[in-house]
Amino acid sequence: MKRRSFLKASSAATVAFGAYKAKALAESPLLGALRRRGNANDHILVLIQLNGGNDGLNTLIPLDQYNNLSKARTHVLIPDTKVASLKGYSGTGIHPALTGMKSLFDNGLVSAVHSVGYPQPNFSHFRSTDIWMSGSDSNETWTTGWMGRYLDQRFPGFPEDYPNADMPDPLGIQIGNAVSMTFMGSEANMGMVLSSVDAFYDLVAGGDASGSTPSTPAEEELAYLRMLAAQTNAFTDVVKDAASKGKNLSTKYPNGNGLADQLKIVAKLINGGLKTPVYMVSMGGFDTHANQVDTSDTSKGSHANLMKTLGDAVLAFQDDLQLLGHADRVAGMTFSEFGRRIMDNASNGTDHGAAAPLFVFGTGVQSGIIGKNPTIASTVTVNDNVPMQFDFRQVYASVLQDWFELSPEEVNAAMGGKTFNTLPIFKSNPAGLEDYLDLVSRISISEPYPNPAIEACKVRISSDGGQVELKLFDPLGRELRVLLDERVVPGEQEIEVDLRGLRPGNYVLQLAQGPNRQSRIISKR
Amino acid sequence: MPEQKPVQRRTNTTLNAYSGTFGRTEVLHLLRRTLFGFDFAQIKDFEKLSLEQAVDTLLTAPSSAPTPPLNNYSLRTPDPNVKFGETWIDAPWDANFENQRKFSLKAWLFQQAAKKSHSLHEKMALFWHHHFATETLVVNLAVNSYSHHTLLRTHAFGNFKSFVRAITIDSAMLDYLNGRLNTKKAPDENYARELQELFTLGKGSDSQYTEDDVKAMARVLTGWTVNFLNKPYPSAFVSQNHDSNDKLFSTFYGQNILKGRTGATAGDLELNDLMDMLFSKDTVIAKHICRKLYRMFVYYDISADEETTIIEPLAQYFIDQKWEIKPVLKKLFMSEHFFDTLNQSCIIKDPISHLAGFLRQMQMEYPNNDVDTEYSIYQLGRYYGELLQLDLGDPPNVSGWSAYYQAPLYHRTWINADTFPKRNQFCDFLLYVGYVKNGYKFAVDPMSVMAQTSNPVNPDDLIADLCTWLLAMPLTSTKKAELKAILLPGGIPDYNWSDAWYAANDPQNADHAAQKAAVLSKSQALLKAITNLAEYQLS
Repeated sequence: MKRRSFLKASSAATVAFGAYKAKALAESPLLGALRRRGNANDHILVLIQLNGGNDGLNTLIPLDQYNNLSKARTHVLIPDTKVASLKGYSGTGIHPALTGMKSLFDNGLVSAVHSVGYPQPNFSHFRSTDIWMSGSDSNETWTTGWMGRYLDQRFPGFPEDYPNADMPDPLGIQIGNAVSMTFMGSEANMGMVLSSVDAFYDLVAGGDASGSTPSTPAEEELAYLRMLAAQTNAFTDVVKDAASKGKNLSTKYPNGNGLADQLKIVAKLINGGLKTPVYMVSMGGFDTHANQVDTSDTSKGSHANLMKTLGDAVLAFQDDLQLLGHADRVAGMTFSEFGRRIMDNASNGTDHGAAAPLFVFGTGVQSGIIGKNPTIASTVTVNDNVPMQFDFRQVYASVLQDWFELSPEEVNAAMGGKTFNTLPIFKSNPAGLEDYLDLVSRISISEPYPNPAIEACKVRISSDGGQVELKLFDPLGRELRVLLDERVVPGEQEIEVDLRGLRPGNYVLQLAQGPNRQSRIISKR
Repeated sequence: MPEQKPVQRRTNTTLNAYSGTFGRTEVLHLLRRTLFGFDFAQIKDFEKLSLEQAVDTLLTAPSSAPTPPLNNYSLRTPDPNVKFGETWIDAPWDANFENQRKFSLKAWLFQQAAKKSHSLHEKMALFWHHHFATETLVVNLAVNSYSHHTLLRTHAFGNFKSFVRAITIDSAMLDYLNGRLNTKKAPDENYARELQELFTLGKGSDSQYTEDDVKAMARVLTGWTVNFLNKPYPSAFVSQNHDSNDKLFSTFYGQNILKGRTGATAGDLELNDLMDMLFSKDTVIAKHICRKLYRMFVYYDISADEETTIIEPLAQYFIDQKWEIKPVLKKLFMSEHFFDTLNQSCIIKDPISHLAGFLRQMQMEYPNNDVDTEYSIYQLGRYYGELLQLDLGDPPNVSGWSAYYQAPLYHRTWINADTFPKRNQFCDFLLYVGYVKNGYKFAVDPMSVMAQTSNPVNPDDLIADLCTWLLAMPLTSTKKAELKAILLPGGIPDYNWSDAWYAANDPQNADHAAQKAAVLSKSQALLKAITNLAEYQLS
């Protein structure tokens, strides 16, 4: 029996698994599920998209790997003396310009998740963005978004008969001018786009052919235009109303910060009483192939400006929510289509990479860092990537289960029929953070020996028993070999890794048990 | 939404030449799809032609290149190298003015779209701007972006393979996708990836290039850079930065080895080899490009049926024509499939077709010899394009505008709660208020628009002409009656409009001033009512 399902089945879980922190029952998803009984809670999620692929290694900096990192990053490395500290985590630092996030973290309001990605990473912006928005596997093309599938369940039948008395408000709001695939449901996109709350316009919604079923492509497009006009008019009224009732109280919103401007609208609409459960905002500029840092001071430059914009905006938003009294209902989450390569390039930049950290913030999170610092090899080649520790869909599943308090079946449907183990991002997750780190350490993999190796090397793995997987990946995250995929007895064993037939270079050996992964790097000569 | 019945998409038509009537309906369909908009007289121009003559006219590029973009920016702070009102394209780059020049270029791009034309050329330039996307605000030099947009126009009807080669070493593209920084010591994969993923092979299941192919292709292109020292800042090849080792490609390319070369000619020669190897995947490339053309000009939904009956033979024709673009367009626009009634009126206009199209329909007049005012007007159009999600010169990223590729919404992406109202707002603003600059009023003259039609004195004829010209779908008689009630409220007899129209157009008439005011306000209201209809958004 998996840990999670055992927990769900037994209220005595805290006793049976002493390693789990005893949690207040009020925060358990069991009670949450009972409480909602089909009625969704009033929680709100604010997604912050960082377009272009954020450089994770310069965002959440693995100080315990600094020596090797400094060899791999001769251009963009931030001096360790300038890296900002995170309360309680001496081995991990944060970008010195991301002061807003640091401040929230030190105040217990941020869950940082290490090395979030997906198997078989794709390095195209567009494919990878679609994967993140849809929640598909790397080799699947889905046309619906994860929030769209969630909202599909919560508001069945949309857009027919919406808005209505139960849901008079937009299901999702995207600040900007274009709607995101994240909100794409099976029938329609559930996101309303808003560029401001100051100017609205009445649309001609009617058409004398309305009601009849379209029978040609032209009629279908016309029906779409009319439906959108009618819905826009209706939602416009409620948004206008909310914007006029809502306030912003924080004085911390910086001027000239596009993200802060967007979040300010979100706070105002929440305060104005909209029932909209999901908001999305975005900022661009993260595709830092060139001139990511100033050559004279690598703690400054374009990436530092992005970090400052992000941190300042989030800090002001959280402050506003607290002053307005909505902090307990709102959680924010950053994401980006991928991280960047470990090694930097000669243009003072970094190229498309794989896994990267993300942040979830709010009073509902268990503050701290989930996972371990990525391991940086002593010799890094141009293709080497940060291996994933957590699938991004584990984060999504955690949001759906622990923040929106959906049942496992609902979570599964929103995830397109796939099941992912949750992470202790929110306080309502039964796994405590310390326990989780402890859990990670229950599987362990030794440094390979010899390393570098020519034909083969060995590793020792240990676990508490159960199903474990040991796989070899290339630096781009492609699975090469499955060395172990079976139930093992508790204890330690030695495994030989055959390296014949592989080109010289670095490879990633990953031991996995459920959601927990540990990686080691093998250098093949 | 009403219960979804499967829409009739399965067309029975093929690429065979269309042999039916080429009447007003067909002329309107052809012009709606190929021009950004047209005035009423242009319908009559094309009605005089056979289908083939019409298509040949559309496929004729303008005989002369447009006036290049002008200095519209230095009224307050003089540009030491360019006088106000003269073109800046021959001037050295100047950090103080690059941004202003970029906005001059962006306004110029809108000018080209808004200019009256009988050619598809400018719409093809937009197609290629979407296909080979670059962003002026990312490319360092305005003049490189100008040359890039000139290149798009030069090759718009030309040879696709030559086009791809030229784009690969275009200064703006080398700058935009970091090709200029791609050296043997630090290969940069950015361009090599997009060359395959977006520009030629696409992302279909038949496009099986590998990550290693991306890396190998990047190595082939090492050494190309931009000469920022000398005008006009062309591309240059620096052989010391070129990786002269052989480059091995995957089984997708038949494990081809492109021979590494040295010396000053290595860049050109390896680029030739690369083009030959890339274009050996001819079916993959031709299908990718034909699908994009289809989505732009026919409909976004390509079913398995159309894939077989249209895309595949059109792609083969493209290959047979040795990558010449014009014959492919001609075949498509002369096909029975293009005129299939199921393919008519089903495209949601892109923002430029809406904005520039409205200006063309309304026969807007631009000031002469007043660059400041003229460019301010183009800037207004460009700005509305940005609001409507098609910012000329600056697509959102290298894959162009998502409306042209993102399933399942495709063209529907253009329309949302923010953009739909703004489409109406643009028309209403120019109908009712007008844009005023330096004492010049840029506004619709509604009566002259009415006067374009065949018989504006008769309200039924007027409304019928306006609707067939401006709306891609017929209105019901009820809806037409509503429009007529704008001219003749409360069911008053038709002659009231006729009398008013005559009086308004006859300065000698005793009632001239009063009737002109009445006709003007009714004309404004009628044009607003028509352009605000959902049907106006279709093409």
